[in-house]
Amino acid sequence: MISFIARRVAAAVPVLLVVAVLVFLLLRLTPGDPAAILAGDAASTEQIARIRAELGLERPILVQFGIWFGHLLRGDLGQSFYYKMQVSTLIGQRLEPTLSLAALTIAIAVLVAVPLGVLAAWRFGGWLDRALMAFSVLGFSVPVFVLAYVLIYLFSLRLGLLPVQGYQRLADGAWPWLQHLLLPSITLSVIYIALISRVTRASVIEALGEDYIRTARAKGLPEARVLIRHALANAAVPIVTVIGVGVALLIGGVVVTESVYAIPGLGRLTVDAVLARDFPTIQGVILFFSFVYVLVNLLVDLSYVVLDPRIRY
Amino acid sequence: MLRSRVLANWSVRIGAGILALLVVVAIAAPWLGTVDPSLFDAGSRDLLPGATGEITTLEGETLRHRFLMGSDSFGRDIYSRVIYGTRVSLVVGVATALLALAFGILCGLGAGYLRRLDGPLMRFMDGVMAIPAILIAIALVALWRGSILTVVIAIAVPEIPRVTRLVRSLVLSIREEPYVEAAVALGTPTTKILFGHILPNCIAPLLVQGTFTCAFAILVEAILSFLGVGLPPDIPTWGNIMAEGRVQFVSYPHNVFFPGLFLAVTVLAVNILGDGLRDTLDPKLAKRV
Repeated sequence: MISFIARRVAAAVPVLLVVAVLVFLLLRLTPGDPAAILAGDAASTEQIARIRAELGLERPILVQFGIWFGHLLRGDLGQSFYYKMQVSTLIGQRLEPTLSLAALTIAIAVLVAVPLGVLAAWRFGGWLDRALMAFSVLGFSVPVFVLAYVLIYLFSLRLGLLPVQGYQRLADGAWPWLQHLLLPSITLSVIYIALISRVTRASVIEALGEDYIRTARAKGLPEARVLIRHALANAAVPIVTVIGVGVALLIGGVVVTESVYAIPGLGRLTVDAVLARDFPTIQGVILFFSFVYVLVNLLVDLSYVVLDPRIRY
Repeated sequence: MLRSRVLANWSVRIGAGILALLVVVAIAAPWLGTVDPSLFDAGSRDLLPGATGEITTLEGETLRHRFLMGSDSFGRDIYSRVIYGTRVSLVVGVATALLALAFGILCGLGAGYLRRLDGPLMRFMDGVMAIPAILIAIALVALWRGSILTVVIAIAVPEIPRVTRLVRSLVLSIREEPYVEAAVALGTPTTKILFGHILPNCIAPLLVQGTFTCAFAILVEAILSFLGVGLPPDIPTWGNIMAEGRVQFVSYPHNVFFPGLFLAVTVLAVNILGDGLRDTLDPKLAKRV
């Protein structure tokens, strides 16, 4: 067990290293002076010279990477010239809204998608099944910002039920927080629901074909228990896997959703940084998001041990 | 036999039908009652759909024009912009899919057949896949600034590892087939084995993958333009029209809804086509998902 965990963690390290190299190369392989790009359009010659000396830009590229990577390991993502502060501080400040949005989205998605998927698999080929499959194609196709505007139009402008946009900190009360996050999370959860329900359906259908299901039914177990304890439990690994893989979709969705709903999170920060061509911040956000993505999928890998006792590495 | 099975599939028929219609719309854009999408008229600002107003041509002539989908805050015809936007979306979608396929095929054949290349190349691809696709696209466009070419490349880059993985897994199973062994025994050059024997047997799954990449590319281009980091605002794309319309969304929601509808229908058609192709061409994959 411990050796399994150690090996999974060890396998994630080279991936993160490649990510770091790619983010590093992003600037070096661009025509133009990296120091000038990093300093921003308004920088003075002295500022550019200082950055050049700091990053060792006159030295070989491997040394440059060493310097940059050393900073990275100490959590130093550089200085944002646009926001005039450390990128790591900036990311810390923007974390809460994004984390809230992501957590609520995943909660909604799992609570809706898993039961739907199980029911569709149970009545395989029935109306619910066909409706769910049609919905999932639709869910993959309707762009998140189009859906966002349809929901704003219906629930905020027409019905006046929820605020149009903005964010309230959790510290200022749970209800305003939830009120502002509800529409964005529903928007963002649609594609996730499509993904998770599809995989849940497929893996539960597969599990339902197994001998132990027939045995469970023959024992006279109630159907709900057969579905949840026997079929769903055995279908858990692919479901958890797709939740992990879907985090990439979620991160992409966060960038768009936060822009539409004016939520001051990491997604909004990404777009603002790109518009300002604030490269230290762009690099920092990409590294942060990729790190989270790899970490989530590492946790998913580790959860297999709990979910499926047969898995012994 | 296979062809008739594909054409008999209703998903393929519906998806391909809608797409064919969109291609016709894109080509015939100038003759569909549109005006030049860049034309504007200060007197025709913020018209509701169906209203009639005036529009000034480049020659300074003033025409009566019916604004089927209303006009934006510059007094430009939304209908003309949406119709011309079809061109950009289809071109970006197809070009991105072809580019991602071309590079993915090369890398996948290399990784699958040349064992020494496999390890390093796939570790590299794992790293690329660990970065969410939209972030790669946004970062690349930010570096290069937006044009059709840079947007296509930026969206294709994060898709290459997916194609590579697919081709690699296909090659790994196909290379064990007797006809490949026979070709090797006959002393056939490696490039001929790769492109003459292995690649033709990858076509079906690649076609399916290419369709989904196309849908993804159309979506991401719209997202990039909508966020203001994609194609320059003077090019009429659905994302750009929505980005301009969002400021006035509360009073004039149609500026956002019409391009949004076209975008959703287009992506839906490509996805339906992809589902149909997958079900008919690649039954193994169909069972998995």
